[in-house]
Amino acid sequence: MIKKLELSLIHVFLILGAVVMVMPFAWMISTSLKSQNEVFSYPPQWIPNTLIWDNYVRAWQAAPFPRYFANSILIALAVTVGTLITSSLAAFAFARIRFPGRDALFALYLSSMMIPHQMTIIPSFLVLRNLGDISPALGLDTYFALIAPFIASAFGVFLLRQSFLTLPNELEDAATLDGCGKLGFLWRIVIPLSRPALATLALFTFMANWNSYLWPLIVTNSNTMRTVQIGLRYFVGQEGNSQWSLLMAAAVFVTLPIVIVYLFVQKQFVQGIAGTGIKQ
Amino acid sequence: MALFSTSTQQRRKWGEWLTGYAFLAPSFIILAVFTYFPVAYALGLSLFKWRIMRGEPTFNGLTNYELLLTSEDFWQAIGNTIYFAVGSIPTNMAIALGIAMLLNREIQGRAIYRTAYFLPTVTSMVAVSVVWMWIYHPDVGLMNYLLNFFQIPAIRWLNDPRWAMPALILLGIWKGVGYNIIIYLAGLQNIPQHLYEAAQIDGANRWQVFRNVTWPLLTPTTFLILIMAVINSFQAFTEFHVMTQGGPLGSTTVIVYYLYQQAFQQFNMGYGSALAIVLFLIILGLTLIQNKLLGARVHYQ
Repeated sequence: MIKKLELSLIHVFLILGAVVMVMPFAWMISTSLKSQNEVFSYPPQWIPNTLIWDNYVRAWQAAPFPRYFANSILIALAVTVGTLITSSLAAFAFARIRFPGRDALFALYLSSMMIPHQMTIIPSFLVLRNLGDISPALGLDTYFALIAPFIASAFGVFLLRQSFLTLPNELEDAATLDGCGKLGFLWRIVIPLSRPALATLALFTFMANWNSYLWPLIVTNSNTMRTVQIGLRYFVGQEGNSQWSLLMAAAVFVTLPIVIVYLFVQKQFVQGIAGTGIKQ
Repeated sequence: MALFSTSTQQRRKWGEWLTGYAFLAPSFIILAVFTYFPVAYALGLSLFKWRIMRGEPTFNGLTNYELLLTSEDFWQAIGNTIYFAVGSIPTNMAIALGIAMLLNREIQGRAIYRTAYFLPTVTSMVAVSVVWMWIYHPDVGLMNYLLNFFQIPAIRWLNDPRWAMPALILLGIWKGVGYNIIIYLAGLQNIPQHLYEAAQIDGANRWQVFRNVTWPLLTPTTFLILIMAVINSFQAFTEFHVMTQGGPLGSTTVIVYYLYQQAFQQFNMGYGSALAIVLFLIILGLTLIQNKLLGARVHYQ
């Protein structure tokens, strides 16, 4: 009896907490479907009298959101693929190849994890500004500026190296006997056997870059280069304090893709954080 | 014959060395250009006075650091950042631990609870900032409606210098608690079951079990979360840029926002770099404390 009462109490607590966590999302969706009059009605109304789906169309067209989405997808994908490639190569070198200075270089890689991104933004900004003088495609306000600084990750190297180290040496001996070079061994054997680590790295790299804010804010200038996050921020500035239904509609479609991804890969996401303490 | 074999061996060795360097090259070049070089560059820049739109940099030694450490704005930014950290972290951790303990058992609907608690963690800070701006709306916002329900007079949240920071702290707790729940859950799952059984046999009550088993064994997890949370709050920027732009009256100008203002709105690259170095030293100090405190206690698997 007491056990049962206790269990109900736990559920009451957990449900209350869950309601608090979900309420802002519900309020976002509710507002996004309201008419302009209803938005400002007081006391607040949770279910709109008529659902104005047109708000989504209007928000989508009020700013170049298709372009923002295309930019964000392109950048997040490019950074993810680039990071996987450069990190796999480096991790393989650190785990499976002997060469002078290896340990010192590995320590150097690890030390870069201690450097906060905010410390490098001013110099990186200036580097890109100078590169832009050489070729405009390498300067500020380009895809290069949004992608290049992030296609190497010391954390990724570290994570993959741990995984590569667990593979038995016999695998490599066998592959060498079969005439497999280092690159062939990495590509055909190591990579397929390290899928969980690669998937974790891909997931977090993609999420981090999709949600990234400070750097794209600094290096983008034109509407054609803005990402979804920066675009949404400018949309707030543009619609000011009045068009809350449109702002919430925009917030919904900016949030939706990542929530869908999350619902599918929830387990990997949770295990990734728990296993590595990845920073947000 | 012997000579021949050494030279093949030598060649093979050099081949392996070369492969190693070639594999490192792509990541190394990126890190060199966008991490290692910028660190040196920032150090150098911090010794110059340079407003980027107005002419060339001029050397002025440690003046930027002197200006920084005697600037009221800098100390206000540090104060605001500490306020933000102290306001959000302990509450966040206490809630996270409580919920993690409730979730760490066979309970119906656990998957649904988890999804709900982790949802804010995965959504973008910009999107939730926009939503919370609406929740904090001074006239028709949900938050003031809630206060009204409890007969508390309305607050002008983001427009009031006294309430803007608490508003952002509340958002920070809501957004960040799911992440800490995940880490606490992992910590709880690492506590061997037999310790709980032993405590039960000894007739320990719940509080004693928590006090003598759960809490001490979670110490490494708690330190890990604490330091990561402090570092994260020293790097907070997005919600401040979206919701308050550092205002009103500078009440939410945290350290990275101050850096952004100096370097990218007023284009004081030298002063901004000095600020970046100081920020780095603060974070480095916190990391070293973490390693020192944790080094003796944590056993990595």
